[in-house]
Amino acid sequence: MQCPKCHAPMHTYNRNGVQIEQCSGCRGIFLDYGELEALTRLESQWTQQAPPAAPPAAPAPQAYPAAPAPAWGAPQHGGHHGGHQGGHGHHRNNRGFGRMLFSS
Amino acid sequence: MLADRDGGLVVRHGEAVAKAHDPVTDPAGHRARLAVARHPRLAGILLPPLPLPVRELHERPVTAWPYGLPVDPGDPDSAPWEEAAALLARLHSTPPGELPGPLPPMRGPAKAVRAIARMRASAGEHPAAAADAVERAWAGLPAWTRGEAPPPRRDVLCHGDLHLGQLVRHPAPAGPWLLIDIDDLGLGDPAWDLARPAAWYAAGLLAPEVWQRFLGAYTAAHGPAVDRDGDPWARLDIPARALTVQSAALALARAAAERRAPDEVDEAVIDACDRIACLPPEL
Repeated sequence: MQCPKCHAPMHTYNRNGVQIEQCSGCRGIFLDYGELEALTRLESQWTQQAPPAAPPAAPAPQAYPAAPAPAWGAPQHGGHHGGHQGGHGHHRNNRGFGRMLFSS
Repeated sequence: MLADRDGGLVVRHGEAVAKAHDPVTDPAGHRARLAVARHPRLAGILLPPLPLPVRELHERPVTAWPYGLPVDPGDPDSAPWEEAAALLARLHSTPPGELPGPLPPMRGPAKAVRAIARMRASAGEHPAAAADAVERAWAGLPAWTRGEAPPPRRDVLCHGDLHLGQLVRHPAPAGPWLLIDIDDLGLGDPAWDLARPAAWYAAGLLAPEVWQRFLGAYTAAHGPAVDRDGDPWARLDIPARALTVQSAALALARAAAERRAPDEVDEAVIDACDRIACLPPEL
């Protein structure tokens, strides 16, 4: 499936049982009919915490990304569940990055 | 010689450092910035200048400063991210009404304009798709970030050009960290001073934990640029886009000057421009 906005390919992710398509280019998200309602339901379960009768689909705290990032952030920051924070495309000790850290 | 960039020249002699500023420096603005750096309200935040009998040499403003030990470029992991954040929070919390003035606008957006001009000056020497991504991202930025309209906030004292080269320990080598370089200092949106690390983080260059340390230290020190309990990106997004475009434009200009292709780090900010260009334009 192609992104209707920037035409880059979209990838499917499963978040707590909800299928979403995210664009690999602009990071926009496509939701199918009923998926927004499903996410809202999951969110209210999360807010209420419901300890005794927590449904198995309730998200675990660690499922949330550690640091918020903008919509145009690098794919590593897309908050892909099951991904891990160590997976940076660029090593931060990279010599080129060192140069960028110290210049206007 | 310590640095020769952006029209400014910095030389060290023993315990003192002299700086010849950009010849186009606005004289009244330059004097106000220098008076701020000297003001007791900024003690412990900005390195104060040394007294100097001359103000100009060959029609360029000159200033003298005590030597301070810079951040080790070979060891970015040891960089004082928390100290930098706390210094910015204190700078941003200094009431401008208590300072000498009138203070000029912070020059962040002016520097973004200059970066685009530098890239355009070497047009034809860049990979076409990369320069196009930078231009498209730039075209979608709000007018104030392109220096074409007043910024939404003009009530806060800002550094205007924060990066790791703008911190020194004084007295060297173990004194407290201080901010240096007043050339872009002025009133504006304080989010601009956080936006370069924010842009590095968003481009995937700065580790999330380092970014969190920096932002956490800034909010812990009650810095006014972001809402403490809200989404920091509500304030950071637009300035971080502008600094991403600025970094990418300069990366292309430097790669062209060095007659090389953009490297992996350059590509990271160019790719970020490409993603910014896919967003709906901001007014």
